[in-house]
Amino acid sequence: MGLQHYLILSAILFSIGLYGVLAKRNAVIVLMCIELMLNAVNITLVAFSRYVVPALLTGQVFAIFVIVVAAAEVAVGLAIIFAIYRGLEDIDVSKIDLLKW
Amino acid sequence: MAISFWMLAVVAVIAALGVVLLRNVFRAALSLILCFLVVAGLYITLSADFLAAVQILVYVGAISVLIILAIMMTREVQRGSPNSRFQIPAFIVALLFLEVLVLTLINTPWQISSVPPTAPTTSALANSLFGEGGYLLPVEIAAVLLLSAILGAIVLAREK
Repeated sequence: MGLQHYLILSAILFSIGLYGVLAKRNAVIVLMCIELMLNAVNITLVAFSRYVVPALLTGQVFAIFVIVVAAAEVAVGLAIIFAIYRGLEDIDVSKIDLLKW
Repeated sequence: MAISFWMLAVVAVIAALGVVLLRNVFRAALSLILCFLVVAGLYITLSADFLAAVQILVYVGAISVLIILAIMMTREVQRGSPNSRFQIPAFIVALLFLEVLVLTLINTPWQISSVPPTAPTTSALANSLFGEGGYLLPVEIAAVLLLSAILGAIVLAREK
């Protein structure tokens, strides 16, 4: 298995996540698709680490930091969704327009 | 190795498509958890054993529980997962992005190293994270980030 197989798989996963973020109205699904995109990026980092610099493990260190930031992001994101749901009784992202002029 | 990669890749793509295509939000979340598990398997095929364990602990263990909790709290299961009016433009954008990305990936001459991968990776990762000239400062900043994210989540989600 070569580097390009992993990179293309990760590109496919990232594009699916991108489509979901742009096309879905449910805020929880949008958050799930962001997690999908972060996972695709992690696959890329680990594949580069395995095939380009196998002795340094730099990509794996970066992947650990991406996982940390993803955990923080999902906690804050879900708290924001809870707060919006308590105010509006809805988490449809096309109806959340409080900051529009 | 090749067989395991292809099996994991096919299941990963099907599970990721399930996240965006399934009508039921709860089933989409279960499909996402399957995708996380398969990504852990892909890490094992890349000989990243520590990262596979972290993936299962953090994503399959913690983040999926948070997402399912959010689905339960917001009663979104009955309403399903509707598409916005940008569905067709979003599909075109994602397809163009995929095409550009794949063309770039195929046409770039990557510098493949012939050194065998480090295994097991746990002690090597610990050395590069906490050792001399490593990533100690980013580790401390990540700890502060996690603390502030937890405090922010509590403040946002607390009843007034």
